[in-house]
Amino acid sequence: MQNDELLTTCLLAGRIMIEGGSEMYRVDDTMRRIAKNGGVAQALVFTTPTGLFIGLEDKPMVKLSPVDRRSIDMEKVAQVNQLSREFAAQAIDLPTLHHALRRLDQHTPFFPFWLQVLAAAVCSTTLMVIFAQAYDWIDMPLAALVGALGYAVYGKISSLTQVRFISELLGAFVVGVTAWVGVRLGLGHNLDNVIIGAVMPLVPGVAITNSIRDMLAGHLLSGIARGMEALLSAAAIGVGIAVIFRFF
Amino acid sequence: MPYWLQLVVQISFSYLSTVAFAIIINVPRKALNLAGWAGAIGWLVYWVLLYDLQVGRMLANLLGAFAIGLCGMIFSRIKKMPVIIFNIPGLVPLVPGATAYQAVRALVLGQVMTASKLTVRVAMVAGAIAVGFMLAQLLAEQTYRRT
Repeated sequence: MQNDELLTTCLLAGRIMIEGGSEMYRVDDTMRRIAKNGGVAQALVFTTPTGLFIGLEDKPMVKLSPVDRRSIDMEKVAQVNQLSREFAAQAIDLPTLHHALRRLDQHTPFFPFWLQVLAAAVCSTTLMVIFAQAYDWIDMPLAALVGALGYAVYGKISSLTQVRFISELLGAFVVGVTAWVGVRLGLGHNLDNVIIGAVMPLVPGVAITNSIRDMLAGHLLSGIARGMEALLSAAAIGVGIAVIFRFF
Repeated sequence: MPYWLQLVVQISFSYLSTVAFAIIINVPRKALNLAGWAGAIGWLVYWVLLYDLQVGRMLANLLGAFAIGLCGMIFSRIKKMPVIIFNIPGLVPLVPGATAYQAVRALVLGQVMTASKLTVRVAMVAGAIAVGFMLAQLLAEQTYRRT
């Protein structure tokens, strides 16, 4: 049945976009566009960050798909967008689109892990300098090292376990310990600046802002769900680091 | 430190940090450079407004986000990619992540007053950034409709 595959494809596209951290209105829009270009003029779409529904108007047919993990992965958003454009221009047909989405879902191209760790080092040390506004050159190597270590631990643990928020907690804990040891060894002098720089690759600043954008755009459920998730991961990071301030 | 050197440091460091964060969140390779420029321009607007013109934190954040939003609109037209590919990395220098961390740390250490002050600041900065984006979106919609 043609409509069956069309709805499944719409749901898959929507789920990949939510997993990539897209704005909600774009998810709605893309799903509706795919449905329209596939020959269904009136598709009813309802999306939340934890699950999505699509149905045909006046027909006893609704499909749903839960969303289990959410992160920020722009490659996914860009690729779904690209595929949807190609489908609209009729460069690819529905089975090809479905196949391409399924492949994207299983094998998203990623930067190599060492490059991400290096990027975390650069991100930590440069943000430390511009946040502190004190041109704190001495702490730069330590902030880079601590930021890279924290991100590496975070990345390794999130690939090992399904338990939520534990990778943030342990990543932040490593940041705290190594920053404290580094300052004790005389590699840096301002513990606060080093830690603020080094947690930047982990903190959910973007998620907090996105949740408020979702809410202002009228997606109240999405805004609250994403905001709650951001709040919990901020709490995990804060607790992970505060342990250091408590004991030392 | 002379003013021009400060300007160079601010621009180059915010560009680098944005590109680095873009790699962490897996931005497609061909968008990395422009995403970096979105971040540098947004941070420059914020920095000049906050530290030179002293307009206050919220207005500086709002106009910084507005600048990033406009850059995102222009770049997404050039590269034919979604706007958020440029907006999200570009936001990184402005976003209240460090403040959120400081708020939680204060709470864990029992400094409840500091914690609530910082939490309110996180919410307000995030709100200012969101409003800045909305204004950019509004402007873009009006311009495209006319042409």
